[in-house]
Amino acid sequence: MSYTALFRIWRGDKGEGSLQDYSTQVNEGEVVLDVLHRIQAEQENDLAIRWNCKAGKCGSCSAEVNGKPRLMCLTRMNSLPEGEPVTITPLRTFPVIRDLVTDVTYNYVKAREVPAFRPPEGLKPGEYRMTQEDVSRSQEFRKCIECFLCQNTCHAVRDHEENKKYFAGPRVLMRVTELDMHPLDTLDRQELAQEELGLGYCNITKCCTQVCPEHIKITDNALIPLKERVADRKYDPLLWLGSKIKVRKDAD
Amino acid sequence: MSDYVKLSYDVVVIGAGGAGLRAAISAREAGKTVAVMSKSLFGKAHTVMAEGGIAASMANVNPKDNWQVHFRDTMRGGKFLNNYRMAELHAKEAPDCVWELESWGALFDRTKDGRISQRNFGGHEYPRLAHVGDRTGLEMIRTLQQKVVALQQQDFKATGDYESGIRVFAECTVTKIFMTGEGDNRRVSGVLAYWRTTGEFIVIETSAVVIATGGIGKSFKVTSNSWEYTGDGHALALECGGSLINMEFVQFHPTGMVWPPSVRGLLVTESVRGDGGVLTNSEGRRFMFDYIPEVFKSQYADTEEEADRWYTDPDNNKRPPELLPRDEVARAINAEVKAGRGSPHGGVYLDVSKRLAPDVIKAKLPSMWHQFKELADVDITQEPMEVGPTCHYVMGGVEVDPDTTAAVGVNGLFCAGEAAGGLHGSNRLGGNSLSDLLVFGRRAGIYAAEYVDAAATKGWRPAINENDVTDALEWALKPFTMTGGENPYTIQHELQEVMNDLVGIIRTEHEMTLALKSIEDLTMRIAFLNTTGGRSYNPGWNLALDLPKQLLVSKCIALAALTRQESRGGHTRDDFPMMDPYWRKVNLVCTVDDGELVVEKKSLVSMTNDLQTLFDEVELGKYMTAAELDTAGQGQK
Ligand SMILES: Cc1cc2nc3c(=O)[nH]c(=O)nc-3n(C[C@H](O)[C@H](O)[C@H](O)COP(=O)(O)OP(=O)(O)OC[C@H]3O[C@@H](n4cnc5c(N)ncnc54)[C@H](O)[C@@H]3O)c2cc1C
Ligand code: SF4
Ligand code: SF4
Ligand code: FES
Repeated sequence: MSYTALFRIWRGDKGEGSLQDYSTQVNEGEVVLDVLHRIQAEQENDLAIRWNCKAGKCGSCSAEVNGKPRLMCLTRMNSLPEGEPVTITPLRTFPVIRDLVTDVTYNYVKAREVPAFRPPEGLKPGEYRMTQEDVSRSQEFRKCIECFLCQNTCHAVRDHEENKKYFAGPRVLMRVTELDMHPLDTLDRQELAQEELGLGYCNITKCCTQVCPEHIKITDNALIPLKERVADRKYDPLLWLGSKIKVRKDAD
Repeated sequence: MSDYVKLSYDVVVIGAGGAGLRAAISAREAGKTVAVMSKSLFGKAHTVMAEGGIAASMANVNPKDNWQVHFRDTMRGGKFLNNYRMAELHAKEAPDCVWELESWGALFDRTKDGRISQRNFGGHEYPRLAHVGDRTGLEMIRTLQQKVVALQQQDFKATGDYESGIRVFAECTVTKIFMTGEGDNRRVSGVLAYWRTTGEFIVIETSAVVIATGGIGKSFKVTSNSWEYTGDGHALALECGGSLINMEFVQFHPTGMVWPPSVRGLLVTESVRGDGGVLTNSEGRRFMFDYIPEVFKSQYADTEEEADRWYTDPDNNKRPPELLPRDEVARAINAEVKAGRGSPHGGVYLDVSKRLAPDVIKAKLPSMWHQFKELADVDITQEPMEVGPTCHYVMGGVEVDPDTTAAVGVNGLFCAGEAAGGLHGSNRLGGNSLSDLLVFGRRAGIYAAEYVDAAATKGWRPAINENDVTDALEWALKPFTMTGGENPYTIQHELQEVMNDLVGIIRTEHEMTLALKSIEDLTMRIAFLNTTGGRSYNPGWNLALDLPKQLLVSKCIALAALTRQESRGGHTRDDFPMMDPYWRKVNLVCTVDDGELVVEKKSLVSMTNDLQTLFDEVELGKYMTAAELDTAGQGQK
């Protein structure tokens, strides 16, 4: 069941580099990350790869496989055309540190700009009561493993370095919706989403949703509702309070 | 000599998993500046992989639950080798710690009346695990990560700098803990670390270090653990004068994936069994009924009918034997496979498809469904999984004071989480790790902060000796100057084979002696490691620096396992198959003395009488000697 495959791996640092060819054995059931590990162990000890769980749970191993943003640990070799070379390049939107490893600081910096969860004054730990229905919406967004594939794919920043200053990206905007839909959160972040995090840059192309390994409906369930809420309240600022209450009503 | 940047923090936490982040939060809340060190990115530590849940007796699902029952289950699971005081604190404080997570934004699955839902797990008498589907660890680490960010936002308001109070050093590996002073004044003074991204060094001056580095599982071939688990914290503690206990106890989780080979060892969460999954062999027999040990006979069903009834009526039926503690189930699976009743790929079958409807499976076990679908082409809503034991967790770790988490014998060193020893005794119950991280992470932060103040009053300043730094840098750069031709990956693979085959689930004196010899040989060979390439993001070099730690810790495991002549929990000797009351009173303590690894016996502190009364005498009689029971009985009167 084993065969030999040709891998073209981008190697280099700080923007300088090129594709290098490696031929190596592939066994039944293997994923791209397995093959890279074999190359690393046998041929290139210093090949830079970022990974942790090898199970699609930590979001570390994001890269581009034949030009498609993927988790390398979930990309089965048998899903790629056999006999053709496999090209692996680092995420395009973030600066390369070395080989397949990029500098994802941007995502952490933007995440820091979203004010944290704020529960009602006086509600003590242990006293929280929420129904499953009410938490389900935000739970969908909390499945996010921070692989930043959506951030890497969104055309607003992919190849538009200049927009990074103004646009926080789908992952971070989704966090705003997550808190907005949290049944017990009391803070209004909608204006921040529009004014500071660049919600307007998103024109709902859904490319982010397509690459999400957690199958989160980022555009439909997080970004569009956020846009609607922001639009509603442009007409009536008091609506924000209303929309918080509506979350519970729509749920049943 | 190489340059380095020098920084200074009140507290340095090594590890950004559940324990490390929880420690950092309480140290910051106590007003200290904190550096959090992590080998991987922020939010990616091993904790993220935890699936099943956090054990805490909130009694949301069964009102009979309370800390005493949780305590009792933990002691039973650990076969009474646990540090009873840690088990007591853990059971008492876990509920508050879980509720606290909720107040920081965690969204657990709910009960009908809007409380946190709790699920069944092996060894826990009542449904006790707070969970979010089967991605509880992700919820936990994200919540703690976001709490750290919340504290950074507060600091930003006060100082204009997000990182003025807590700074997370992501992809920055600690290689050395520096000490200063002599005799009773000997104490921690700082750490050396290198940025994995650039290969540049930093030296951080500090008077308190919290080790929260997790486990050692990467020393075994079949494992659920990632590359990070090279036992760094265990080794760092030994090297600066600390001690390790219970290192012979390694948990083999009964259910890892076995096929395809590239995912062998990947975890299949115990929730599958908690939610009704049954184990069968190639003959279709539910073999766990054949493996209920004497000490657990009164708590587990002896017929399939009773076991099945338990899911709907737990008050009037005994639990299914699939939910025995992990060590029992792992040994049973191992025995079935050895007896030729295994599945085609050398495991057994685990099936939920017969008991739960497909949509229920997808809702309760979403990541398991995905994992099998995407990695093995198996649809678990329709067909059974093939599973077998995988190295999962180390019960052993740094010997600490139960209340303060202070490492025994080293001023200024604290330890929490998987890296600490004692709480779980010879075997950990599922769900008891995530709660451990919160309870003792919190304590570590509090007491480290307190220590910083106490040290300052004594006039103890963290003065790092320049020569120590020079030596440590030279050591770290040595692999670049070597030309011996040894490949670090080859050595690591060989070590993994040795530990897996010779110090695995079932152990014998002969095999462990061979293992020690091999570890000795490998230790010689790492002197000739070769590193190619430069210092920037060079995994080969990074591994070359991890290997000595991995070998040291592996040696502790093998040596302690060779010394303990009985079978208990995560340590099974083919040549000493019984549990022995003599050994129940003994902890094996590893230290490094003058460069030599030493294993010594130390007697276990006995449970207080009021805790002993939680068990009936017949049960205690299965574990303790007549003499021990006598004294306890007198104490009670
Ligand atoms: C697949 C899986 C599922 C699990 N499911 C459950 C469950 O359902 N319930 C449960 O209770 N337990 C579970 N466990 C066990 C539990 O997840 C771990 O024991 C626990 O998360 C360990 O947490 P920690 O904080 O001690 O360490 P970790 O979360 O592993 O963090 C260790 C940290 O230390 C850092 N570090 C290590 N060495 C260094 C160094 N030299 N320099 C700098 N940083 C360093 C690492 O980078 C990392 O940030 C599971 C484990 C696995 C593998
Ligand atoms: S939907 Fe919006 S955020 Fe997502 S890729 Fe398109 S523009 Fe970007
Ligand atoms: S939303 Fe999906 S694609 Fe984006 S970071 Fe999270 S898991 Fe990755
Ligand atoms: S290694 Fe964790 S998601 Fe791929």
